Amino acid sequence: MTVHQSISDETRPAYNYAYLDEQTKRMIRRALLKAVAIPGYQVPFGSREMPLARGWGTGGIQVTAAIMGPDDTLKVIDQGADDTTNAVSIRRFFERTADARTTEATDEATIIQTRHRIPEAPLKAGQIMVYQVPQPEPLRKLEPHEAETRKMHAWAEYGLMQVKLYENIARFGEVTTTYDYPVMVNGRYVMAPSPIPKFDNPKMQMSPALQLFGAGREKRIYAVPPHTSVRSLDFDDHPFRIQSWEQPCALCGAADSYLDEVVIDDQGGRMFVCSDSHHCETRRADGHRGAMLADASALHLVEDEAKP
Amino acid sequence: MAHDDTLIGAGFSDPVFQSQGAFRALLAALSEPGLACDLGEAIAPPAGLEAATAVTLLTLADYETPIWLPAALRNGPAGAWLRFHCGAALVEDPARAAFAVVDGAMTEPKLAGFNAGDDQFPDRSTTVLVQCAGLAGGETVTLEGPGIAGRRSIAPTGLRPGFWAEVEGNAALYPLGVDLLLVHGAQVLGLPRSTQIVEAR
Repeated sequence: MTVHQSISDETRPAYNYAYLDEQTKRMIRRALLKAVAIPGYQVPFGSREMPLARGWGTGGIQVTAAIMGPDDTLKVIDQGADDTTNAVSIRRFFERTADARTTEATDEATIIQTRHRIPEAPLKAGQIMVYQVPQPEPLRKLEPHEAETRKMHAWAEYGLMQVKLYENIARFGEVTTTYDYPVMVNGRYVMAPSPIPKFDNPKMQMSPALQLFGAGREKRIYAVPPHTSVRSLDFDDHPFRIQSWEQPCALCGAADSYLDEVVIDDQGGRMFVCSDSHHCETRRADGHRGAMLADASALHLVEDEAKP
Repeated sequence: MAHDDTLIGAGFSDPVFQSQGAFRALLAALSEPGLACDLGEAIAPPAGLEAATAVTLLTLADYETPIWLPAALRNGPAGAWLRFHCGAALVEDPARAAFAVVDGAMTEPKLAGFNAGDDQFPDRSTTVLVQCAGLAGGETVTLEGPGIAGRRSIAPTGLRPGFWAEVEGNAALYPLGVDLLLVHGAQVLGLPRSTQIVEAR
């Protein structure tokens, strides 16, 4: 570390802007344009070694590196939070390799790279969502062979997926898939929305933002353009439903956001808090107070803005 | 051959950021079909190529992407320019091309002559750059599909008779089909295969 610090700016390790070389960026950009032209179809691409392990968002990072420029403001979230390990390390990666302007505010960001959530604040036209995808193939658990799933997509043979959902209903009375819930894009391709909770699926429908998906280990890129139909698979007599909670967020009192259950002691105590940390903070700053905010503030776990 | 024909003009002066900016304009053009996007006047294109055509190919083409050009361009300064800057192979068979540049007013080749991809790999289709006389002021064409909230109207000029019927035929192949970029000057307008022609008059 000290070696790097002692070297002057001119002789720093000469990585290209945003880490990837220009030929790789061109290859990814071509894949992105085809992905946008065929919403929901998985375009194979030559995923590169990145300086972090596969499964830590290398697909999303490569997509972000290929699209971002000096005019962009980047937000990175992991499970809705800006301050978790994966989000912090990816944000720092782009600060170092691309001198990126970063933010935690959803409405200030032009590019939002995400793992497992879509922000609660509505997305705007001109924003680009970049999803980190572990398994891009929605049919993989039903059919392990790529040669077969490729044909199933080619011929739109999605009966197997409907059977899986039906068996869920037959055994449990409802579809038990709660995340990575399969969607039909533009009425043609069944797509994995990445492991976002099904709570977030309706936000993809006709979203004004461009949504890009990168799967580094599986070497696939796909996309949903703005204003595109994204329908969660369901049945007429068992319509798609999202999760709901019996209590609001314990910190900000939000009743309409996705909540994480947090165990707080070994007596069975628990609290429910917003998974979107920026959304929760914004609401608290606006004066919204949840039932446990005073306790959490007293323990210096969060800042209570309203406190004198 | 005149002296000028052998002189290859400059490409990007700042390849990293100029290609990034151009790519974002292309991404916007294809994700919001029918919206004219500006690629900037970054370079002086060779004879026969619109500025937007030259910038698009500099941004996206390389040794992995065969380019189809009309024979007159292929054997002229445009061909030499693309070989030098992109390192791309220039092919004679339209069906082998990853990128193609056509003159919107010429009757050949038809859009159906390019590679529409195959059912398992629809992404392997040709991206066709259609150089036209203007992106506004022509007959009104109404578009619908992914990337368009409701409907959007465009009115490019200088396109051959029957062009919109070809585009409709291309959209009917969905998810196969070529993706079109209408270019004029520094502007580009995307017409991916997912866009439906509602009305052309």
